[in-house]
Amino acid sequence: MEENYAFRDAQFARCIVEKIRGLAVKTGDVKFCHVCGTHEWAIAHYGLRSLLPSEVEVIAGPGCPVCVVPAAEIDAVVFLAKRGVVVTCFGDVLRVPGSDSSLLEAKAVGADVRVVYSVSDAIDMAKREPDMQFVFFAVGFETTAPSTAVEVMLGPPENFSFLIAHRLIPPAMELLLSIEDLQINGFIAPGHVSAVTGLNPYEMFPCEYKMPTVIGGFEPNDVLMSIYLLMHQISQGEPCLENEYQRVVKPEGNPKALEVIRDVFNVSEGYWRGIGKLEKSALTLKDEFTKFNAQTKFNIPITEGKDRQQNCQCHKVIIGKIKPDQCPMFLKACTPAKPIGACMVSNEGTCHVWAKTIQ
Amino acid sequence: MCLFGFVMCLAIPAFIVSVEGNCANVDFGQGVLRRVNVSLVNAKVGEYVIVHAGYAIQIVKEEEAKETLKIWKNVLEAGQP
Repeated sequence: MEENYAFRDAQFARCIVEKIRGLAVKTGDVKFCHVCGTHEWAIAHYGLRSLLPSEVEVIAGPGCPVCVVPAAEIDAVVFLAKRGVVVTCFGDVLRVPGSDSSLLEAKAVGADVRVVYSVSDAIDMAKREPDMQFVFFAVGFETTAPSTAVEVMLGPPENFSFLIAHRLIPPAMELLLSIEDLQINGFIAPGHVSAVTGLNPYEMFPCEYKMPTVIGGFEPNDVLMSIYLLMHQISQGEPCLENEYQRVVKPEGNPKALEVIRDVFNVSEGYWRGIGKLEKSALTLKDEFTKFNAQTKFNIPITEGKDRQQNCQCHKVIIGKIKPDQCPMFLKACTPAKPIGACMVSNEGTCHVWAKTIQ
Repeated sequence: MCLFGFVMCLAIPAFIVSVEGNCANVDFGQGVLRRVNVSLVNAKVGEYVIVHAGYAIQIVKEEEAKETLKIWKNVLEAGQP
């Protein structure tokens, strides 16, 4: 089939870049921000920045759900792990630094920490080992929250509970607009978060902030096309919300997923590593599901948490204020093999992506 | 053949091989098979879904993919930038 790899087709890419170059003459310098680790991966892996004219800059915002989990929440899950609770989590959470210890370090001193592909795998383990207490460390944005919600709704076994660290993306995008010296000219909104949420949460960016916004897919030509659409909006002087990723993102999102999120979670204030408190940016279990809430079940002490290691610049990388290679520790003290900051830990972290692809 | 190739991405398109209640057997390409939960989508055998952490979160429409490419071609072939 001719279409098979068109989303990666070099000839297509050349045509789009040509159009972008044409528009750059009109728009002058522009800075676009994406908020998705996978967008950063696509941009870095395919070398898309090298194709763009000098007028066009693309920066990475807080798009890594693992990187924004604050140390206090890592401390809470490490607390459980060190007290004999089996902690189940996604692989990239393992090495995120807490105040004193990561989950991997806890595992090294004997804690039972198990990496799972999916929350359902964790529940299967709990069913097989009814004598052990299991906790699932639920990290992720709107893409992951529905899976947690489905399992809460189904009712996990007695020996299973959740430590919820889910966050919502639109409040973080709104924060970026309030940072004066960042001066973004457009957003590439995250395709898979949008597959769940639909277009609605992004309407405010063009309407209230006059910010061009394009929901973009993850193939290289998706990203280039998103950039082209943003530049086209700027050149026309008409900021609006466009959906480049129509093959996956429907205007209404996934109504079933949204419903189960609404049924299970309250939206509350959330603390983000490197960013601080953001209103209406976190999901917490509703009162009726308290018995599945590990925080109350095990009476976990709430700590302050030490988010920043000495000299770490993650707090600036995460909001796109500096690039990874502007951090003095990048690929010196801080490497993928021995990460110091959260952005170097996860596959989706900007520093990790740069370390693995830009050398 | 997968329309989208293999994408190293947290949520990857997968081809539905069989469905049994809320579970489906999916092919991530190159023979990587796995059981995933499809309770959030109404997916049938032969469709592509975006899978995130073991749960299908959306169906990928093959005709939409072709439509997107058609739109791109139109945009790129238009005279003005």
